[in-house]
Amino acid sequence: MTFDLQRVLLSVAIMAVVTYIIRVLPLAIFKKKIQNRFIRSFLAYVPYAVLAAMTFPAILFSTAEAVTVQSVVSAAAGLLVALVLAYKDKGLLTVAVGATAAAFLVEQITRIFSV
Amino acid sequence: MEQTALTFRKGLKDGMPICLGYLSVSFAFGIMATQGGLPVWVALLISMTNLTSAGQVAGTQLILAGGTYVEIAVTTFIINIRYMLMSLSLSQKVESRMTNLERWVLAFGITDEIFAVAIQQKEEVNAKYLSGLVITPYVGWALGTLLGATATGLLPDSLRNALGIAIYGMFIAIIIPPACKAKPIAMVVLLATVLSCCFKWLPILNQISSGWVIIICAVVVSAYAAARYPIDDEPAPEKAGGTG
Repeated sequence: MTFDLQRVLLSVAIMAVVTYIIRVLPLAIFKKKIQNRFIRSFLAYVPYAVLAAMTFPAILFSTAEAVTVQSVVSAAAGLLVALVLAYKDKGLLTVAVGATAAAFLVEQITRIFSV
Repeated sequence: MEQTALTFRKGLKDGMPICLGYLSVSFAFGIMATQGGLPVWVALLISMTNLTSAGQVAGTQLILAGGTYVEIAVTTFIINIRYMLMSLSLSQKVESRMTNLERWVLAFGITDEIFAVAIQQKEEVNAKYLSGLVITPYVGWALGTLLGATATGLLPDSLRNALGIAIYGMFIAIIIPPACKAKPIAMVVLLATVLSCCFKWLPILNQISSGWVIIICAVVVSAYAAARYPIDDEPAPEKAGGTG
């Protein structure tokens, strides 16, 4: 398949510019510490709310392009391992690798039983 | 956590887990782009100018499907608008004396993961540390795209699928420890999780695009928590709960 290269490049430029403007404006505008206690508290909680909303329930559907019962089970196993490792204060990489390994193993096991 | 200064080197090092996580995600993006028919260099160009996961995947899918410029712009905007909230949050975390140029350059590197690691530092974040923290993941993002675009299908499917969970594992490692130490943060995590699940499974609510869902969850839950558990620290370095 071939594409009109000019259209593709213009589209890419649009994506890049839109994304950059979103990122740069607040950081460039707000140079002073905000004094309002509510807003300061609000902004301190934002990261946790954002990360939790991005992780759940998306993590359950993260181990396959076409979601199946098997893939949800393997993702749930990965989630469980991640929760335990994170609870034990393990580092980011350890938790990420642990979750991946658990998802991989359970996927293999369910595959054996489903044959 | 050891009290090391936020140097450029520390930034590079702290960026390593993100870099590894990005390798697999951008690998998948590279595969998707070239399998859709785009040249390798265009896939790489998209990654190097956008540096977003969901945003650029959606944009690329629109390019492949022949979407209009307006469609592409609006979709990109909606999926990525959460960065505005992160950028605002980060503006309160960086040193006040960070220069305009530094702000304009480093803002390019605000991603979910880089933001998450920067914001969990105890001290104010300076430009050197933040540049380090942006560079390693950026290299990983570009390299993963290149590998995925050229060596399509080198990894077995089973492993590639399992790697999809890596980035979420990292998120969990970021939010769970502070949630165990501070009740307000635990409440924020819990409420955001419940709300996000509602948007996934309840009728009508599940029609809203994922970019908006994240914004709505973040705004509603953070506003509630800010009213219920206001944080009193003056410019003290310790955030609520801290990261231990």
